[in-house]
Amino acid sequence: MATTMDHGEASGPLKAADGTPLKRKLAQAMFVSRMRALGLVAPLLAFVLAAFILPVIIFMFRGIYDDTYAARMPNTPALLADWDGASEPTEAMYAALVQDLIHARETREIGRVATRVNREFSGARSTFTKAARRAKNMEPPFKEALIAADDTWANLELWQGMKVAAQSLTPAFYAAALDHKYTGTGEIIAQDEERRIHVRLFLRTLEISLFVTLSTLLLGYPIAYLLATLSTRTSNLLLILVLLPFWTSILVRTTAWIAMLQSQGVLNDLLVFFGVAQDDARWSMIYNKTGTLIAMTHILLPFMILPLYSVMKTIPPSFVRAAKSLGATNWTTFWRVYFPNTVPGIGAGALLVFILAIGYYITPALVGGEDGQMISNFIDFHMRRSLNWSLAAALGGTLLIFVLFLYWLYDRIVGIDNMKLG
Amino acid sequence: MKLWIAVGAASVLALAGAAKAEDLTVVSWGGAYTKSQVEAYHKPFTAKTGKTIVSEDYNGGLAEIKAQVEAGNVKWDLVDVELSDAVRACDEGLAEPIDKSILPAGADGTPASDDFIAGTNEVDCAVPTIIWSTIYAYDSSKISDGPTTMADFFDLEKFPGKRGLRKSPKANLEMALMADGVAPADVYDVLGTSEGVDRAFAKLDTIKSEVVWWEAGAQPPQLLADGEVAMTTAYNGRIFNAVAAEDKPFEIVWDGQVWDLDLWIIPKGAPNKEAALEFLAFSTATEQLAGQAAWISYGPARKSSVDLIGDYATKPGLAMGPQMPTAPANFENALQNDFEFWADNQDELNERFNTWLAN
Repeated sequence: MATTMDHGEASGPLKAADGTPLKRKLAQAMFVSRMRALGLVAPLLAFVLAAFILPVIIFMFRGIYDDTYAARMPNTPALLADWDGASEPTEAMYAALVQDLIHARETREIGRVATRVNREFSGARSTFTKAARRAKNMEPPFKEALIAADDTWANLELWQGMKVAAQSLTPAFYAAALDHKYTGTGEIIAQDEERRIHVRLFLRTLEISLFVTLSTLLLGYPIAYLLATLSTRTSNLLLILVLLPFWTSILVRTTAWIAMLQSQGVLNDLLVFFGVAQDDARWSMIYNKTGTLIAMTHILLPFMILPLYSVMKTIPPSFVRAAKSLGATNWTTFWRVYFPNTVPGIGAGALLVFILAIGYYITPALVGGEDGQMISNFIDFHMRRSLNWSLAAALGGTLLIFVLFLYWLYDRIVGIDNMKLG
Repeated sequence: MKLWIAVGAASVLALAGAAKAEDLTVVSWGGAYTKSQVEAYHKPFTAKTGKTIVSEDYNGGLAEIKAQVEAGNVKWDLVDVELSDAVRACDEGLAEPIDKSILPAGADGTPASDDFIAGTNEVDCAVPTIIWSTIYAYDSSKISDGPTTMADFFDLEKFPGKRGLRKSPKANLEMALMADGVAPADVYDVLGTSEGVDRAFAKLDTIKSEVVWWEAGAQPPQLLADGEVAMTTAYNGRIFNAVAAEDKPFEIVWDGQVWDLDLWIIPKGAPNKEAALEFLAFSTATEQLAGQAAWISYGPARKSSVDLIGDYATKPGLAMGPQMPTAPANFENALQNDFEFWADNQDELNERFNTWLAN
């Protein structure tokens, strides 16, 4: 031991036993422990990256990029890109189209191309498949040949739809997600009145989420207060009553509300029994927005109560006593002393409930009827039914941007540090 | 650690075993419908070839097939789909093209190309099995002098009460036009014009306030049984099942029925394509299609099967023939769902329908 000590030089920076400067030694030690820490979180990090962030990014990319047309039709995309979108399509474009149709039919990809164009121009699908079947036998001039096969080929709107579809990197889906239409000439115009649906749904989603947040707060605050202030025995019993539904499957709870609220349901039977409602004019409380609001409020209530409770539990009762002994009224004590101390819990609960509510899907699907549907139900529709995954991605992306914006707004107004989950 | 390795190894083996154990994975809609297929197709097929079949349920739509094909990890060999999905699966390259020459001739010797009912076997990568129908039904214990025509369904004065409708423009727009006096043959011509679409929505407007919307096929019989609606559109097999198996007093009104098909498709890249083709040819033969009709009231897609339809399997004496959508008495004022029309117009009409609903 002593010999190694002797190795150390007397002057210069502090050095460790083996002669390396102490600073570097410390850095090494820190590096090792940091690596060890990283090693411990690495599996989680890799998992989140591979199973969540990467798929989200890849899927979001679909919202702005779709090469269905360009990858399968070799000749027309360049010509369509150069075309001004207003003049009569040239014979060269028709000729290139016939070549592409023959090619796409041989590769059996015509259906995908046709479906893509059909999203821009209804009816294009059959026009494309019909022309593809005959393309091989067509003779120049191709313009006349195609129009003879189907006069839709003379329609400028079809060509404008093709121009949009041929552009792989496209704002078309985000435009559609906001009830607009990206035209072949590069403008973005409002969608027809009778087809504007998404903005309305985004607003309704916002409205339902805000209402649910507010009602869970109003209902949950007194319960959390009771939980935090009652004797342990009673409050434990109450807590179980809060947690029991929390542990129950969301489907079970939603279906229970159907049994309660439907027109031949428990509540309506009671109302009729007590003469509040007429038998032939029972209240409709489910399969509409009312049903969505009631069921969602109930299901999300524990997410409000639990953060509130954990914050209220930490407020010393002496605060309230002190305020009262200084002459404050009950209201002043609550509003000036107790309430400000619960704000971090309100912030946490409200944010939790709001963000869960804005993406809610099963409950509105089951009890929402027609006016209780939310934007997530339409994302689902485009994922499962219409198979328009690009539009689903654009709708999801819009929702994500919207939530991030609200989160930023919340941070600016309330401050995210001001939140406490327990 | 050892335990984890053991668990991991066991689960890998289990997965590998699961992939080997069956020769064919057949996917269908579940419930009484899958049961009818198992009885009429799967069991005889296994008995004949020794190949085992795993039956899986799904809820329709192409999302799962699309996900499997795009991920290059196809697990399903054969899927029962609706016509519109069969067409789309073909269009989007999600299904294998099928060489129709493998289909056996009918029991009476008619070649397969002539044996399938006209207009049913026209999709390149799908083979039809059954004809099902969207009809409307009512509870005869609640409405004594019942409705008989499609117009009655839209007549709130003559038959007050809630109406159940599927939450989709499909079949609803057609029924609205037929109720408004359009002949079945002209429905899609009228619906092809924007005035025609306006007209259909205007007709739907007249009952909109009374409509309860359903989505899953199991809902309408339940809505009727609960008294939530006075009458509802439904799939005919579901109503038949409620009547025959659960003794519900429901009546079907066949006037203005919109019939459609279910077909087999083979997802692109299916792991057991050869066995799937063999099963497909076997199950769409005359006897198998006729056998299925003993279990559920959906009409066989082959003409040669019609004469072989017997009694309801669990209730001898209940003849299945008159329960079929294709029975002559039921088929008088029927409309075939036009898949070309819907493939062309579904995006636009879905959007319009959803906007209409939300207003």
